[in-house]
Amino acid sequence: MISAVFENYHYSVVIILMMTGLYVVFSSRNLIKKLVGLSVFQTSVFLLYITIGKVAGGQPPILVEDGHGGGHGDSTDHHAETAMNLLAGGEAKVGGAQHSAEVLYSNPLPHVLILTAIVVGVATLAIGLALVVRIREVYGSIEEDVIADLDHRYNLEGTAD
Amino acid sequence: MTPHVILRIISKFLIPLIALFAFYVQFHGDFGPGGGFQAGVILAASVILYALIFGLDAAKKAIPPSWVRIGMSLGVLLYGGTGVVTWMLGGEFLNYSVLIDGYPAKGQHYGIIAVELGVLLAVASVMLAIFYAFGSRQPDLSDEDW
Amino acid sequence: MASTILLDIGFMAMLVVVAFAIVRLRSLFAIVMLQGVYSLVSAAWFVSLDAVDVAFTEAAVGAGVSTVLMLAAMLLADRESRPVPLGRQIGPLLIVVFAGLAMFYAIGDMPAYGDAHSPANSYVGNDYLDRTAEEIHIPNVVTAVLASYRGYDTFGEAVVVFAAGLGVLLLLGLNGNAGRWRAKPNGVRISKQAAPAARKRPLPADAPQPAPAPAAASPTRRTKKPTAKTKKGGSS
Repeated sequence: MISAVFENYHYSVVIILMMTGLYVVFSSRNLIKKLVGLSVFQTSVFLLYITIGKVAGGQPPILVEDGHGGGHGDSTDHHAETAMNLLAGGEAKVGGAQHSAEVLYSNPLPHVLILTAIVVGVATLAIGLALVVRIREVYGSIEEDVIADLDHRYNLEGTAD
Repeated sequence: MTPHVILRIISKFLIPLIALFAFYVQFHGDFGPGGGFQAGVILAASVILYALIFGLDAAKKAIPPSWVRIGMSLGVLLYGGTGVVTWMLGGEFLNYSVLIDGYPAKGQHYGIIAVELGVLLAVASVMLAIFYAFGSRQPDLSDEDW
Repeated sequence: MASTILLDIGFMAMLVVVAFAIVRLRSLFAIVMLQGVYSLVSAAWFVSLDAVDVAFTEAAVGAGVSTVLMLAAMLLADRESRPVPLGRQIGPLLIVVFAGLAMFYAIGDMPAYGDAHSPANSYVGNDYLDRTAEEIHIPNVVTAVLASYRGYDTFGEAVVVFAAGLGVLLLLGLNGNAGRWRAKPNGVRISKQAAPAARKRPLPADAPQPAPAPAAASPTRRTKKPTAKTKKGGSS
């Protein structure tokens, strides 16, 4: 198990980052710092996804127009040529296109998932910040302790009679 | 004798370029990295930069909040409307292949462009709306805070 | 390949340092800026991990817009976070250490880094790569999957973004004037402040505006100044 941890040190670092973000969320009493911790945690989860989707020696998942662009994989598909022919309307069948090198791409699926997650993340972060601003206007503070204290003193939770 | 002359001059030069770059990202998104999400954020960033340098009131004069409100809903509506159009044409929801009869790949092109435009509108307007909301609440920023 | 490994290790080291700095710091301004730095460094790492689209988005959204939003919210709130007593930090630390150890234990089951034949990289991702060239004819597979193959997904995301914007507008108002009342939960007024209303100032272009009084601004900036005059006089 120890050797696995060291071989896949990417995962180890990402886990450390995730736990750091989680620790900030748990331990800090300041609401904005909590949100920053949540944001760090979120970005680290994105890193985990993208790390899983990486293929060694791969290229970004943008189909190259000709196979000469490099890449050396054992993949046997020919989408590079197909893309080339289709893009150029079939007139680009120059010699050598048939047996050009295959290109290895990284997995596009995690990219798509994370791409939308980032934008949704900032939108939800904005909601959280708006709530913080309103809390500050009502309580005059964004420290959890002060807020809980005021809640208790003015019986805002409605528990004590 | 306006303050922050260098910031004003440089941002006057940069803001149109940023907006132009947003549209480049939008329409080049089929061929390189980019797309509606990124373009929307960059477009909003250009307006936000304008608001930061020239003041929120000037930005609200340039892009009125009512436009932002309309743009938000229009973007989502454009996305959903594309799906409804494909529905009407006999395909599944958001199956763009039916958009152009006989040329499924071309239909996919047009569908993706329409959908990305919707995303651009929605994301840019929402980001701008959020910024307007936070910025308008702000007590006056004194000069030392720069 | 070796240079990429060095780059990766450099980015990882920077990320860890920035994350630990966020834990230690107490100035909210520094924390917010470091969050932007964290996003930017992770965007650089995304490029190294072949996720160019994601890197683009992260750089624009994480390092740009979210930092601006956090700064705007911080200006409306405090500038400094209070220290947390040490006794309050032990519980969270234990939880985090246990969760982290459990995840380290699970690393052994993860596919090797960069494995082209791992389950995550085998089935549907390859399918998208193959079919995009034939069916959609655009080179950027991420755009094709985003807008066409997973159009439902993206529609959902667009609706979520719209709903989040709507929520912010309901909470704060597009002109910052939502909830212009004095907050009185249970009939008790906790804070002396009123919610800051929309600013209505005369437009600066035409009239020579009087010199702003900077002396009054600095100490009482956060506590809302009496707004009766500006509210009535500045209707322009």
